Amino acid sequence: MATKRPPFWQREKYTPFLLLLPAILTLLFVVLLPLLFSLYTSFTGYRLIRPESLWQWVGLRNYQRIFADGDFWTAFGRTIIFLTIALNLEFLFGLGIALLINKITWGQRTLRTIMMFPMMFSPILVGYQFKFVFNDNIGILNNALQSLGLSDGAIPWLVDKYLANFSIIFAEVWMSTSVFAILLLAGLFAMPRDPLEAAKVDGCNPWQVFRHITLPFLMPFVFIAMTIRSLDVARAYDIVDVMTGGGPAGRTELLWTLIARTGYDNARMGQANAMAYVSILLSIAFTYYFFTKLLAARKYMGGAE
Amino acid sequence: MKNGKLRKQIGAIATWVLTFILMVIICVPGLWVVLTAFRPNGEVLAKPPVWIPENPSLNNFAKIFGFGADQVAIPVPAYFANSLIIALTSTAIALLIGMSGGYAFARYRFRFKNGLFLGLMLSRTVPGIALSLPIFMIWSRIGLIDAKLGLIIVYVALNVPFTIWLIDGFFRQIPKEMSEAAQVDGCTRWQAFWKIEFPLAKSGIASAGIFAFLTSWNEYALASNLTRSTDSKTLPVGLMDFTAQFTIDWAGMSAMAVIIIIPALILTFLVQKHLIAGLTFGGVKG
Repeated sequence: MATKRPPFWQREKYTPFLLLLPAILTLLFVVLLPLLFSLYTSFTGYRLIRPESLWQWVGLRNYQRIFADGDFWTAFGRTIIFLTIALNLEFLFGLGIALLINKITWGQRTLRTIMMFPMMFSPILVGYQFKFVFNDNIGILNNALQSLGLSDGAIPWLVDKYLANFSIIFAEVWMSTSVFAILLLAGLFAMPRDPLEAAKVDGCNPWQVFRHITLPFLMPFVFIAMTIRSLDVARAYDIVDVMTGGGPAGRTELLWTLIARTGYDNARMGQANAMAYVSILLSIAFTYYFFTKLLAARKYMGGAE
Repeated sequence: MKNGKLRKQIGAIATWVLTFILMVIICVPGLWVVLTAFRPNGEVLAKPPVWIPENPSLNNFAKIFGFGADQVAIPVPAYFANSLIIALTSTAIALLIGMSGGYAFARYRFRFKNGLFLGLMLSRTVPGIALSLPIFMIWSRIGLIDAKLGLIIVYVALNVPFTIWLIDGFFRQIPKEMSEAAQVDGCTRWQAFWKIEFPLAKSGIASAGIFAFLTSWNEYALASNLTRSTDSKTLPVGLMDFTAQFTIDWAGMSAMAVIIIIPALILTFLVQKHLIAGLTFGGVKG
């Protein structure tokens, strides 16, 4: 007589899926389902004040409208520039800080802890803090500049077109550089000593050692940091929302603040969802790019698959 | 010979100067907020500026917590309670789900493993504000707007991918042979998990929990759109209440900022070592 097969949930083959079921269900319900609904809504003329408009199918009109909209492209372009500048600066400063702290032997632990400081701040607090620092009337920056006699007027940090954009990038870089610094420092600690010694014996100068040994070794760590960062680039929304709210007159409007304004303030949900999709694709593209880089760097390092 | 020594000294001095500037940039903005939390609002507006508070006091804290003569109209204690309940509950649930999922990724080979893992991570890339739109529409239909439960569910989903990533890494560091030996000795897999793997990965799991707690504690983009009143508003959303007034109460706002940062500060110090280890291990050795 054939042995009775156990019910499917007791079979080894299905255990991992059973274990993953709660995670999958949560993400289905809170992320995937809403995103499908959002996709549908982006093809309707849905406005919050008119609930029946949820069923009003308008095809690609929302997309046509946002792609023909100058404000959208300005915010989109500004977001791309904002991310490019911020991520590159964070990488450069993070690398610099990691190399600096790696050199210091006395008090290194304390420095490392202080360096993690900005990571503890919620974006909303970073935004508030810099709204305060850059305030033209009572901000510490203008106060300091005036006390030192470097400027006699109130510099409009958060109002001027260029200064306001500088200010939000500064806040963003302040908040996220430590992600790079910490991961790159971990990379430097994990670095084998032998190749460095060998290179020195062979007469390489410090720059050559850095360029051909240290940097390639650090690349996987750079891509981990980039991948982690690309997962939460949209946190910049919190900062900008507090500091300038996208204003004055849309001078610091990023894609994310524009979505919030269109969806909640102007109640044009359909159009906001169409923009939201553009922002989601942007985020996925960023993450995917760095993730493939990470995999490639790992292979190059001969790490486990 | 002498030249080299001099160069080394200049290098050392340059290192320290750079480090000093760095620390100033990192510390001063936060320090300024903390100092402001202890001074009267009049001092904030004073010209010329008052650098060190002349009469530091706890008045601002008393004010936002509703003690003393003058109070602010912002119900900070209620926001604090909401933040705590929402962050703790969502962390506990995310940890349970994350442990189960992390164990699956660390200990089993199965079909679609890489695809599933990538899917989990990609779910995390959706910008909060973009996700808030459909969730707002759905939640308002099923009555979860302005409810703690609504926010808890969202935060669980937000934390699950990262929790799985971290916990997966910590389980992997434990040799498979240990739990296999326990199973040979007569434990079931379930018992082996609780007696061998869980105790060994405990500190790692705790740090994943703290990370999840901080994510929920600090979240703003979703909370600001899914909450309305004292029933569910969290501290970061409440902070913005101050800006809705005609004149910004910088001192009160700074006191509230200090309240938000303190738990985060303590918790981060507790886990910094594990966090770095978890991130690099999960990433490099994947």
